[in-house]
Amino acid sequence: MAMTPHPEIAADFGSSGTLLAPPDVAGGPQAGEKPRSMFKRGWEVFAENRLALVGLGFVIFVLLFSFVGPMIYKTQQVSVTLADAYCTPSAQHLLGCDNLGYDVVGRLMQGGQSSLEVGLAAAFISCLFGSIYGAVSGFAGGLVDAFMMRIVDAVLSIPFIFVLIILAVLFHPSRLAFIGFIAATYWPQPARLVRGETLSLRTREYVAAVKVAGGRSSRAVLRHIMPNAIGTIIVQATFAVADAIIILSSLGFLGFGVQLPQTDWGSMLSQGLSFLTLGYWWLIYPAGIIIILTVVAFNFIGDALRDAFETRLQRR
Amino acid sequence: MTGYLIRRVIQTIIVTIIVTIITFVLLHLVPGGEVRAVLGIRASKAEIAADSRLWGFDQPLYVQYWKWLWQLMHGNFGFDIKYSAPVSTLLWNAFPRTLVLAFIGTAVGLLIGVPLGILQAVRRYTAVDHVITGIGFIGYGSPTFFVGLMLVNWFAVDLHIFPAFAPQSTSIIGILSDPVALILPVATYAFVAFALWSRFMRSSVLDNIVQDYVRTARAKGASEKRVLWGHIFRNSLITIVTLLGLQLPVIIGGSIFIEVVFNYPGMGLLFFNSALNTDIQMMLAITVLTTILTILGNLLADIGYAMLDPRVRYS
Repeated sequence: MAMTPHPEIAADFGSSGTLLAPPDVAGGPQAGEKPRSMFKRGWEVFAENRLALVGLGFVIFVLLFSFVGPMIYKTQQVSVTLADAYCTPSAQHLLGCDNLGYDVVGRLMQGGQSSLEVGLAAAFISCLFGSIYGAVSGFAGGLVDAFMMRIVDAVLSIPFIFVLIILAVLFHPSRLAFIGFIAATYWPQPARLVRGETLSLRTREYVAAVKVAGGRSSRAVLRHIMPNAIGTIIVQATFAVADAIIILSSLGFLGFGVQLPQTDWGSMLSQGLSFLTLGYWWLIYPAGIIIILTVVAFNFIGDALRDAFETRLQRR
Repeated sequence: MTGYLIRRVIQTIIVTIIVTIITFVLLHLVPGGEVRAVLGIRASKAEIAADSRLWGFDQPLYVQYWKWLWQLMHGNFGFDIKYSAPVSTLLWNAFPRTLVLAFIGTAVGLLIGVPLGILQAVRRYTAVDHVITGIGFIGYGSPTFFVGLMLVNWFAVDLHIFPAFAPQSTSIIGILSDPVALILPVATYAFVAFALWSRFMRSSVLDNIVQDYVRTARAKGASEKRVLWGHIFRNSLITIVTLLGLQLPVIIGGSIFIEVVFNYPGMGLLFFNSALNTDIQMMLAITVLTTILTILGNLLADIGYAMLDPRVRYS
């Protein structure tokens, strides 16, 4: 957890304490400047990070490629065309065909839909549930908190990939079920982080003030704690998307991914890898590279968001 | 210290109980129940009823849970029909192999990642920092199986430098006496892991640089070298040890990919083969065993920690 210098100590040193702050911190508030919203200040820090902009650009590209692409680059992705099997890249099939005669570019779009849908939805659900769980646990404190956190510890100590494989073997899940399963194994991570955040927020003066003023605890959680923890939640959600995409592709490698005729990037990659020694590079590298680039792009965004929400790096 | 110890042990017991409940629930998620899973879909109702009585599946769930837990506590995981051997024998054969490979792989990953992370933090925002971050992101973004198979493709198939398979020996000594065959699996572990550790280490060092004790050390005239290694490095390592404990389930879970790619006869491969055979009993046994050992490992780490760092005991 990042440790920011205590505000009072920082104030003692005048210009945000050159002794305490890392060298890249901007100076204190400028005279005569209007205070800007947290999000606007955050965006400025984010936009300064070129890697993050590249990452954001790539994510937008992949989303368009997967969801809008099939309307422009029309391919047949339902039935098998064995006559086209293993065809080399050509003007007709930009990245060739796979072992069942599916056009690889079209397949990447189709697989992207699965991977991105599962990644985004699993991240959203796990972070939503995890955040509420963590905030309630941290705010309740005492025995309730202790018990709720032991459940988190328990779920976190089970190797989640084992549980996912067991569930995949038992249920041959659809895309929707994969979203639920991945979310069910991932939620403890945001829960832990938000609980930690809540513990430190709940002793702050402005949260205590709600109590003194006669506000309900739900108000303290929803209006004061959650908005202050939103940075942590969004950052965690960004990493969760990347993790979920990797998890789904790993399940695909073991053969427990999305079922045919649908596909996901991991299943594509693992299928391509079985032709590794035959030199069909178009069945391996496009799928491998798109997974890596997408995961890296989400990580770039997550890193930049963390900086953006880290108030000590913001210009005020 | 005693108070902390008691609290921590009670926590561990509660967590273990919750884990066994989760696993027990998973066991009962088998569509149609486990008798149906054993007898197959064509079994008649009478056969299922008879078998349920025989194995005690007609008893209330809490009785079944207690009996299962009782057996578990005695190290009895059941008898595996597919391998026709007790599950516990199969597990105790495979587990040390997984542990050896995971330990070497993680150690190499740490030995590369931690120094790189320090270098990055010291030279932050320079070309060195960006290049290591870039390579790290590729490692971090690559699925483990992809890295493994690419290494096999380049170094075993194309260049013939290293064998494509991990050591196949059944004994630990046999495995360790074939270090050349260990290189690719260990390299895979290390490439995927070093990125994580260098990132953790970089941010941990950067967090510590702004702390008061660093200012104090500088103020009393300690050299930069002493500040970095004597103060910042040692405090950053605390974070790394904590994260290592939390990472354990991920490391053990990740071993399945390396063992499948390199055909290494450890627990991951055993789990994968059980998954192909829908051998739920074996899969759950592996899950319970690894989880409980992870929890115990974390408990030991925490106790060791509290002895070294008094702040932990009071938090």
